[in-house]
Amino acid sequence: MRLSPFALSERKGILMKKTAAFFQAMAASLREIGVTFKEGDWRTKVSYIIFGFGPLMRKYYLRGIAFLALEILYIWYMVSFGASYLAQFGTLGTVETHMDPETFVTVYGDNSFLILLWSLLSIFATIFLICLWRMNISENRREELALKAGREVPTVRQDLHKLIDGKFHYTLLSLPTLGIFVFTILPIIFMVCVAFTNYDFTHQAPTKLFSWVGLANFKSLLSFGGSGFGATFTKVLSWTIIWAFFATFINYFLGMALAMLINTKWIRLKKLWRTILVMTIAIPQFVSLLYVSKLFASDGLINSYLLKWGVISQALPFWTDPLWAKVTIVILNCWVGIPYMMLISTGILMNIPADLYESAKIDGANTFQMFRKITLPYMLFVTGPYLLTTFTGNLNNFNIIYLLSGGGPTTMSMTGGAGTTDLLITWLYKMTVNDTNYCMAAVIGIMVFAVTAVISLVVYGMLPSVRDEEGFQ
Amino acid sequence: MANQNTKSARAAGTPMNKSRIKPLHVAAYLLLIAVSVVWLLPFVGIVLQSFRSFETEYGGMVEYLLPKTFSLDNYTWLLSGESQFLRWYGNTVTIAFFVAIGQTCMVLMVSYALSRMRFKGRTLWMRVCLVLGMFPGFLTMICLYFLLKQFGLTQSGAVPGLILVSVASSGMGYYVCKGFFDTIPKSLDEAARIDGASRARIFFCMITPLSKPIIIYTALTAFMAPWNDYIFASYIAFGSSNNYNVAVALYRWVNEEAGYFTRFCAGGVLAAIPVTILFMCLQKYYVEGVTGGAVKG
Repeated sequence: MRLSPFALSERKGILMKKTAAFFQAMAASLREIGVTFKEGDWRTKVSYIIFGFGPLMRKYYLRGIAFLALEILYIWYMVSFGASYLAQFGTLGTVETHMDPETFVTVYGDNSFLILLWSLLSIFATIFLICLWRMNISENRREELALKAGREVPTVRQDLHKLIDGKFHYTLLSLPTLGIFVFTILPIIFMVCVAFTNYDFTHQAPTKLFSWVGLANFKSLLSFGGSGFGATFTKVLSWTIIWAFFATFINYFLGMALAMLINTKWIRLKKLWRTILVMTIAIPQFVSLLYVSKLFASDGLINSYLLKWGVISQALPFWTDPLWAKVTIVILNCWVGIPYMMLISTGILMNIPADLYESAKIDGANTFQMFRKITLPYMLFVTGPYLLTTFTGNLNNFNIIYLLSGGGPTTMSMTGGAGTTDLLITWLYKMTVNDTNYCMAAVIGIMVFAVTAVISLVVYGMLPSVRDEEGFQ
Repeated sequence: MANQNTKSARAAGTPMNKSRIKPLHVAAYLLLIAVSVVWLLPFVGIVLQSFRSFETEYGGMVEYLLPKTFSLDNYTWLLSGESQFLRWYGNTVTIAFFVAIGQTCMVLMVSYALSRMRFKGRTLWMRVCLVLGMFPGFLTMICLYFLLKQFGLTQSGAVPGLILVSVASSGMGYYVCKGFFDTIPKSLDEAARIDGASRARIFFCMITPLSKPIIIYTALTAFMAPWNDYIFASYIAFGSSNNYNVAVALYRWVNEEAGYFTRFCAGGVLAAIPVTILFMCLQKYYVEGVTGGAVKG
């Protein structure tokens, strides 16, 4: 990215301003907490410990009950088991499951997995409680001021009505947010923590304990030689990026070309050609890709027929030779990806103003020049963000690799069960399922995130539609 | 490839003199026919091989495409009590049905809130989703497994477990739908609010009926996804064959059991039929959704 020194200093300025604004907001918030306590009546003061006490006494029943219920829920959770798990967060358990030597009874020890999971939940619950406490204080303040100003206390009915009107977003977003928190945020943070532990096949919960190991896994990922993952990691990473590049751009240009061909005025049966291509999207990829992978196997139909017809004397090594496998995957990916691109570009191509072409023709431009100067810039402008998401999607394109080559062929030169066509994501999967090396899988997952985030950030700034929004309007 | 590219680039231009470009026409049609053949070949192959009997011929991979005699052996085997295929099929349909409903509701709710309402934390919410989307999905597989296990939603509870996991986080996929909502003029909302309609009323009685294409698109993509789900389904249902879905069974037949290839083909055809028919009927909406999503990014 080209950034002028001016732009850089400008960015720094924005960052400084944001930081300053943050601290100012914090200070203002602290001040409000103090002022509310000093100026508040006894109901407000009790509310600092018993949430929602003030609102309840002032007959804001719904709000009071909500605050109180959440506080009770938190206390119940912490007392019943959150706190006991949180206490072991530092060690992740000390007593291993073992057999009592005298009575021969199995003694169940600590479960590191659950300790880590419930501790994280406890930490989040505590953060949530602090936010709730803060909200509770400003609610008290608002109510006191409202009563002083002589405004009426809203009824429960009015409060409930707000939830489907002015504050409808609370109702709409609460369930999705809860779902995302429990099934995405919590697991991701859990796995990020696992990257700093030794959770692998010799430390399987619940029978064995695992513990914190600091940055050891990251060191192992970047160490070359010995049992380090460094050499394999670089190979897999570079193939991942090469793959994503070819998979994205070959499909992009071929799909566009096909769309332009079908869009051509004198081509008949347009709908038929499109429908045939769209069939690939309709039929579950799972079925078609598995079948295609077998089609290209060494005893598959393609090799059998080529042998029978005498075109070749030996089966082609589609899945057994590393280079062959890579090329085959990229080509077969066209079969999957071109129809999507065709669909997308068909609509966009028709939107290009026809008079642009007319005037170009009058100026004596030939078809190729028109493509280069009008069609391509327009397409790149409009589909820039799509191209970016496709690229990052291809970095994580699990289905194609796993169903076609399964990551193979394997070589002795790669560690950690990786094959020559493995992407980071399929390697991660193999680590989880075959090797149960969860801590290394977590490290690779963090690497995938880093690669995706860096590419997205860098490319996003370069997109024509972001840099120059009015470019084609 | 480069050749095809320039050729079609030329072809995309406006028509030239008719008598001069005849060879170009022929080449273009030949190219289209070749493309069609390549794209249809696997489907023809899978249908043909599903008719090869595993009793009179071999059920595994053979070196010829056309079966020597056509038979329905594979299909009768699948539909009879000998295999649990019907049960797995039922599991998949159940999962797909509930996931489609659940995801559509989630996505609509999130999109409406983010598109129509302005509130504190709105951009933060969207940014968090963007960042979360950059983590690979399989990273959390092990954690989700144990999380579900706590609630008894693995093995024998795999079907509700899979539905729960697919629906719970689906609010993150709001992009296409929000993009669509953004194109509905805000003045409509304002007019309704002046007439005294609540936000909820606007959502249910105005925006939702206007969003038929995007609702169909969301439900369709959600319905199709479970048919492809091998990884998570096999992980969660591990060892409990009653709770497999179609994909798990098909994958095993192809890669783990010799002589089941024709049965895989027949199963694949059966799995593909409902999805394909549904897709072809609703194709229009799908194209709208995909194109809209791509343009807005």
